[in-house]
Amino acid sequence: MTLEEILFYIFAAGGIISALLVVTRRNPIISAIYLIVNFFCLAGIYLTLHAQFIAVIQILVYAGAIMVLFVFVIMLLNLGNESLLRDGFTWKKVAAGGLGFGVLMGLIYIFMMQIGTPSIEMERATNVGTVEAIGRVLFTRFLFPFEVTSLLLTAAIVGAIVLAKKKLD
Amino acid sequence: MVPLQAYLILSAIMFIIGAMGVVTRRNAIIVFLSIELMLNSVNLTLVAFSAFFGDATGQVLVFFVMTLAAAEAAVGLAIVIALFRRKQTINLDEINIMKW
Repeated sequence: MTLEEILFYIFAAGGIISALLVVTRRNPIISAIYLIVNFFCLAGIYLTLHAQFIAVIQILVYAGAIMVLFVFVIMLLNLGNESLLRDGFTWKKVAAGGLGFGVLMGLIYIFMMQIGTPSIEMERATNVGTVEAIGRVLFTRFLFPFEVTSLLLTAAIVGAIVLAKKKLD
Repeated sequence: MVPLQAYLILSAIMFIIGAMGVVTRRNAIIVFLSIELMLNSVNLTLVAFSAFFGDATGQVLVFFVMTLAAAEAAVGLAIVIALFRRKQTINLDEINIMKW
């Protein structure tokens, strides 16, 4: 077993366990912290795929910026009576779990049949994840979508301010 | 060397966990966190395919998904704050004025 495989399985186990903890914890702040753990595990997996730029962006933008926003809102709401939000056992949840398990098994079956996936022996490129390679594609082929992104962010900022304002006048 | 299937299965497991969180939890914040989980698992699929095919396009798409996630989080959390201000709750079962 190479170091890459060992790291992949450690990060994969960490990712799955932290994902399970995100959806099962009762307190939102603990869920948010486990989601940050999950993001760090994913950044490690990106590094095993030689995607350095995405790994750094994952930590800077997701764990750094987006999660701060989440934790800030949880703090701002200051939920007092969390007992009202207690999620009890219902048959709906059992049905949802069974359905999700079925979909998961279907997906794993498709992946194992290797429909539309490259063969395992394919040599992996190590130079596509660098900042240089991504910047080259981003500023040539995807220049227009990249510029439209700024419009999306502006719309999101305006929308967030309008929605969160106390009175619309 | 880790096969591509391992990355895809890990991504599928995380996506299903996120989807289960969205349909079973009633706390709006945790539903949002589950949506972030689902977006991230899709990102993992894109990066895995990009690395295995040797094409940077997938990683550029991940960049756009992250921008979208930031916009979604900002607007979604603003909606949660507005809802909390009106109804003093973030229990999704009690937010049903659009339900007929």
